[in-house]
Amino acid sequence: MRPQDVIVCDAKPLGAIQRLYLVEIVKGLAVTLRHFLGNLFGRKYTVTIEWPEVKREYSERLRGRHILLTREDGSPRCVACYMCETACPAECIHIEAEDTPDSATVEFEKRPKVFTIDLLRCVYCGFCVDACPKEAIVMSRVHEMAFASREEAVVGLDQLLQKGPTAKLDLGYRPYYGAPRSRIQLPIPVTAPAEPVGAR
Amino acid sequence: MANREERAAAVRHAFPPGSGVEEVGGVDLQTFRVDRKVLPAFARHLKDDPALDCRLLSDLCGVDYPDREQRFDVVYHLYSIDRGHRIRVKVPVREDDAVVPSLVSVWKAADWFEREAFDMFGIRFSGHPNLKRILCHPAFHGHPLRKDYDPGQRWLLREGEQLAPSWADEVQEDEDHFETQVLNLGPSHPATHGTLRAVVRLDGEVITQAEVEIGYLHRCFEKMAEQHTWNQVIPYTDRLNYCSAMMNGVGYALAVERLVGVTAPPRAQVIRLILSELSRIMDHIVDIGANLNDLGAMTPFLYMYEAREEIYSVLEACCGSRLTMSYVRIGGLSFDVPDDFESSVRYLLKRIPRLLDDMERLITDNRIFRERTEGVGAMSAADALDWGWTGPCLRASGVAYDIRKAEPYLGYETYDFKVPVSHAGDTYARYLVRVEEMRQSLEIVAQALGRMVPGPVIVDDHRVALPPKEEVYTEMESLIWHFKLVMEGMKVPRGEVYGYTEAANGELGFYIVSDGSGSPYRIKVRPPCFAIFQAFEHMLPGHMVSDAVAILGSMNVIAGELDR
Repeated sequence: MRPQDVIVCDAKPLGAIQRLYLVEIVKGLAVTLRHFLGNLFGRKYTVTIEWPEVKREYSERLRGRHILLTREDGSPRCVACYMCETACPAECIHIEAEDTPDSATVEFEKRPKVFTIDLLRCVYCGFCVDACPKEAIVMSRVHEMAFASREEAVVGLDQLLQKGPTAKLDLGYRPYYGAPRSRIQLPIPVTAPAEPVGAR
Repeated sequence: MANREERAAAVRHAFPPGSGVEEVGGVDLQTFRVDRKVLPAFARHLKDDPALDCRLLSDLCGVDYPDREQRFDVVYHLYSIDRGHRIRVKVPVREDDAVVPSLVSVWKAADWFEREAFDMFGIRFSGHPNLKRILCHPAFHGHPLRKDYDPGQRWLLREGEQLAPSWADEVQEDEDHFETQVLNLGPSHPATHGTLRAVVRLDGEVITQAEVEIGYLHRCFEKMAEQHTWNQVIPYTDRLNYCSAMMNGVGYALAVERLVGVTAPPRAQVIRLILSELSRIMDHIVDIGANLNDLGAMTPFLYMYEAREEIYSVLEACCGSRLTMSYVRIGGLSFDVPDDFESSVRYLLKRIPRLLDDMERLITDNRIFRERTEGVGAMSAADALDWGWTGPCLRASGVAYDIRKAEPYLGYETYDFKVPVSHAGDTYARYLVRVEEMRQSLEIVAQALGRMVPGPVIVDDHRVALPPKEEVYTEMESLIWHFKLVMEGMKVPRGEVYGYTEAANGELGFYIVSDGSGSPYRIKVRPPCFAIFQAFEHMLPGHMVSDAVAILGSMNVIAGELDR
C-alpha cells in the first residue's frame, strides 16, 4: 500500500489540562447538557418513539405478514404451482393442490386446498413474493404478531386470504413496475402523525 | 503473470518435480497440490521464502469428494501482505487415513481452523495442541459436512456434557498459598455480546490461564448452503455478521458473480458500495458503543445509536427489512432505491459526523477511558499477522492491509480515501482506528453519491436474474425462465473461487466450489472474527477480569459470524 493511502492515528499524549480532569468533566457535561436540553424542549436528538401509543410508518417495501390476494370473485389468485414453496429458504410454506371444479378457463384449473405458512419459521425474506408468477402472495406491513402457541403460528388459507378491498390492505413488499414505491422519512418522526397508522 | 512464474520457480527451486509438490491449474488463484509428507516443509518455505512471503494464512478448510480415492482435500488460502499475491494449497487425503500434519507451528492462525476441519470432516491434524470439536457439541455424532451426513438427523445433547478445560479441576496455589479460582465468563454474560464462554483461572483478580469455548450459535450455515440454491443462500448470509448484514450479501454475491462471469450494472455497484460503507459505520458504532458500555460509558452508546437507527431506516426503505436485508441478488440488487435515497443519505452525511464529534468529545481524551484501555490487550504486528488477524484489529497493530486498497472491488480504486493505521495494537488503538474508519467511510459515501448513474440494478441475463414481473405475467419465454430459475436454481459453472471483501471486521472470504448444478457443492465462509477471537485466550493471562471485558469488546466478536 502506498504511504499516501495511509492515515496514522496513533494516540496523542494527554495534555496537562486533560490530566487535570476537571476541565474535561465540564466539557463533557456541556455535551450531555446540550443533548438533554435539546431533547427536553425539541426532541432534537431522539429517534425513539413512544410505542405503542405512537407507531412508526414503515416504507411500502416492509416485509411483514403475508397476504394471499383474491380475484374479483373472491377466489384465491393462487394456482397452487408450488413456486413459493420451492423458493422458500426456510421451508415454511406448505401447499396441497386440488382441481378447481367447473373452472371456466384452463388457466385456473388448480387451486390450493391447503396453504399454510409457519410464521415462526418464516424469515421474511420475500422470496415467495419474488417467485409467485400470479401475484397471488404479497406481504403486508403487519409486523407485530403474537401467538399463544406454536400451532397458532401456522396460519392457513382462512387467515391468509385477503379480507376487504385491496385498497384497504396495508400492503408492503410486493412486485411492482416502474417507479419505486417507497420513501424514507428522515429525521425519524417521533411524534404521532395526525392520522394514526393503525386507523387505516 | 510474470509474478506467477516467479513464484512457481521459487517453489520448484526448493521442491523439484517429483518431490510431492506440483502446480495444478488454478483459474482464480495459483494452486499447488502438495503431498502431506512434505507439507510442513512446504508451508515453512511459503512463509519464509522472500519471493513467496505468505505470512497470512487467511483460510483453511476441508472439502469432501466421496467419489475420489483420496476423499478429502484440505485447502489452504495464503496471502502475502507485502507482495499482494494469494496462493492456494491443496492436500488430498484418504478417508481411512485422514491425517494431515498440523501447521500451528508455522501459522498460529491454523489453530481453530484445523479444529473446525476436524469437527466438520473428521480430518485429524497430527501435532495439533488441542484437537477437539469446536463448533459442534462434544457429544455430537459424526462429521456434519461430509456429503453422506444426513442434515435431518437429530441428536439429544444434554447439559453437563460440555467439555471443561482439562486444567479446570486442578487445584493450584500461588506463591502466597492462596488457592486460585476457576471462573466462567459467559456464555450468557452481558459483556460477551453473544454466546461465548471463556473459562479463566484467577489469582486474585489477575487471569493466569484461559480457554475459550464457542459454537453456541452454530446454525450449520455451510451445510444448509449445500441444501439450497445459489440465491437462497442470500438470506442465510444476512445472519452471519448481523450488525452489517449488507456486506455479507455483497461478499457472497461478488464471489458467485466471479464464478459465473457476470458483473452487476454500475448503478447496482454504487448502491452496494454506499450501503456497504453505511453498514461498516453501523458495525463500528455497535462495536465501539458496546465496548464503551462495558467500560461504564453508556452515553456515547446511546448517542451513536441514533445514527444507527437512521441508517436502518434507509436500509428498510430500500429493501423492506431493517436487520436481515436480503437486498443483494447474484447479478445486482432486488430493487432500485427509492427516489429520496440521495437526499436521505446526504442528511446522514451531515448528521453522523456531529454525533461522532460528540462521542469523541466525551471519550477520546477521557483520562478514565484511556487508562482503562491503553496498553490493554496489546498485540504486535507480527503476532497479529500470525494469528490471521485482518481488518481494524490488524490495522491497529500497524499493518496497513485493507482489501479495498490492496485488491479493490466495486470500484474502490477510484475513490479517494485513506486507510487508518495505528501502531500501539492495544484496545485504545483499535478504538481510534474504528473512529477514523467511520470518517473515511463517510468520505467514500459522499463521493459515491455523485456517481449514482441511472440504469438497471440487476443484469439482464435470465440465466442469472429473475425476469421483470411484467414480462413474467405476459410473455411465455420469461415465464419459463422464471420457472426454471425458481425450481432448479441458477446454474453456476463447475469450478472453484475464493472471493474476499473487506467487511467491517476484516477479510470476509467465501471459498466456493461448484459442481455445475443448481446448488453450491461447498461454501466455506472465512469469518474475520473467527481468526481474531482465537487469539483471545492467549491474550488474557496477565490481565484483570475487567480488562478481559475491554479486550473482548474491542475485538468485535459477532457470534453469528463466529459460529455460523
